[in-house]
Amino acid sequence: MSFWSKVIAITRKDALSELRTKEIISAVLVFALLVILIFNFAFGARPEAVDLVASGMLWVTFAFAGVLSLNRAFIVEKEDNCLDGLLICPMSREVIYVGKVLASLLFMLIVEAIALPVFALLFNLPVLTAQLIGITVLVTIGFVAVGTLFSALAVNTKAREMVLPILFLPIVIPLIVAAVKASELALAGKSWGELYPWLPIIISFDVIFLVVAYLIFAFIVEE
Amino acid sequence: MGQEASQSSAIEVRGLTKSFGDRLALKGVSLTIARGESVVIFGPNGAGKTTLVKVLATILKPTSGRVLINALEVKSSAEAIRRHIGVVTHQTFLYGNLTAYENLDFYARMFDVPRRRERVQEVAALVGMTSRLHDRVSTLSRGMQQRISIARALLHKPGIMLLDEAETGLDPQATGLLWSAMRTGENGEPRTIILTTHNLERGFALCDRLLIMGQGKILYEASRQVLDLTGLIEAYQHCTGVRI
Repeated sequence: MSFWSKVIAITRKDALSELRTKEIISAVLVFALLVILIFNFAFGARPEAVDLVASGMLWVTFAFAGVLSLNRAFIVEKEDNCLDGLLICPMSREVIYVGKVLASLLFMLIVEAIALPVFALLFNLPVLTAQLIGITVLVTIGFVAVGTLFSALAVNTKAREMVLPILFLPIVIPLIVAAVKASELALAGKSWGELYPWLPIIISFDVIFLVVAYLIFAFIVEE
Repeated sequence: MGQEASQSSAIEVRGLTKSFGDRLALKGVSLTIARGESVVIFGPNGAGKTTLVKVLATILKPTSGRVLINALEVKSSAEAIRRHIGVVTHQTFLYGNLTAYENLDFYARMFDVPRRRERVQEVAALVGMTSRLHDRVSTLSRGMQQRISIARALLHKPGIMLLDEAETGLDPQATGLLWSAMRTGENGEPRTIILTTHNLERGFALCDRLLIMGQGKILYEASRQVLDLTGLIEAYQHCTGVRI
C-alpha cells in the first residue's frame, strides 16, 4: 500500500470516528457560531464599525475555533494508546502527520463552510466570493499544518488545553495578520491580483510550515 | 556479534541502553532469543520491561547499543522490522468509537494485508470474536477488547510476538486458548515470543526461558528446565528484594 493509501486510511478512520461522535465538529461549530453572534451583538447595529473590523472578527473566530478543534486531533490517539498502535505500523511517521492534517483540515473546512454563510447573513457582507473562500482554505491549511504538529506535542502534557494555544498562536500570528489583510481586500471586492502581497505570504507560510512540520513530526512522536 | 549468530536468532540485543533525559531506563541489556523460543521477562514496576519491549517494537529508539530482529537493525530498518512483529500490551491500541471489524480493517490496511476481509474474519475466528465483530469496541468487555487486540497483532502473520502484560482482562481459560493461537505460527512452527508479566505462575507455565529484570538490567536468566516455580519465586525475591 502506498504512502497516500495509508494517509487516506488514517483520515478515513478519523472521519468515521467523528461521524459517530460528532465531538469535534459540533463543539467547534457551536463555539464559532456563538463568537459570531457575540460580535453581531457588539457591532451589528453599526455598519461602519462592521466594515472596519469584519475581517478581524472572522479570523479571531476561526483562529480560536481552530485551537479548539486541533486540541482534539490527537486525543483520540491517546485513548488506549492508539498512537503506539500507529507507531508499530510499517510506515514512516510522516504518514500519521499527513493523515491527521487532512482529517483536521476536513473538520475545520466543514465548520467554516457552515459559519461563513451565517457570518454573511448576520453582517450583510459579501463573504461568499471566490477570493474569500480561497483565502479561507489557504489559511486553514496553514492553521492545521502548525496546529497538528503542536497538537501531537501537547497531547502528552498534563495541561494540553493550555499548551496548544500558547505554542500555536504566536507561530500563526503572521498568518492571521496576512489573513485579516487579504480578507479585508477581498471583502472590499478586490480581484486576485490586488490581494498582493498578502496572498503570497499566506501561500509561503503554508508551504514552509507544511514542510518543516512534516520533517520534524517524527522526532515529536517518537520520544 | 557475528552475522551468523544474528541470522540464526530471532532477536539479538547487545549493550542496549535507553535514557529519558537524565534517567537511564535500560543499562546495557544484552540477550539472544532463538527462533521459536518463548521467553518471559519478570520484574517489578520500573524494572525496564516495557521500555525493552518498546525498543524491540521500534516504538522507541535505542540510546546506544545494537538491536537486531531477524537480522535487521532497528535503527536502520524499523519499517521492515514492523512487518515481522506483532505487539500486544495491556493497552489495546483500539479505537472505541469504531467497531471491532473497522479497527481490524484499519490495521490490516496499515500492514498491507492482502485479502483484508477474509483475513479479518480469520483472526476474529481465531480469538473467538466473530459474533461481536460488528459491535463498537467501547461496548465490549475488557477481556473481549483484549481478544480483538490479539487479533490485531496477528493480522499480518508476524513471526515474533511481543507481549507486554498482554493477559490483562483475560480469564485463565481464555489466556490458555489465546496463548496457543499466538504461539503457533501460520506454517505450524512456533512463533518467537517475548512476554512480560507480573504473574510468576502463569509466566513460568508459558515460557521456555525466563529472565528477571530490575533497575534496567537483566539480573537473572534461566531455562525453565533447570528451575521449578519455587526456585523462580526464590530467585525473584533475591534479585528484586520484593517479597511474594
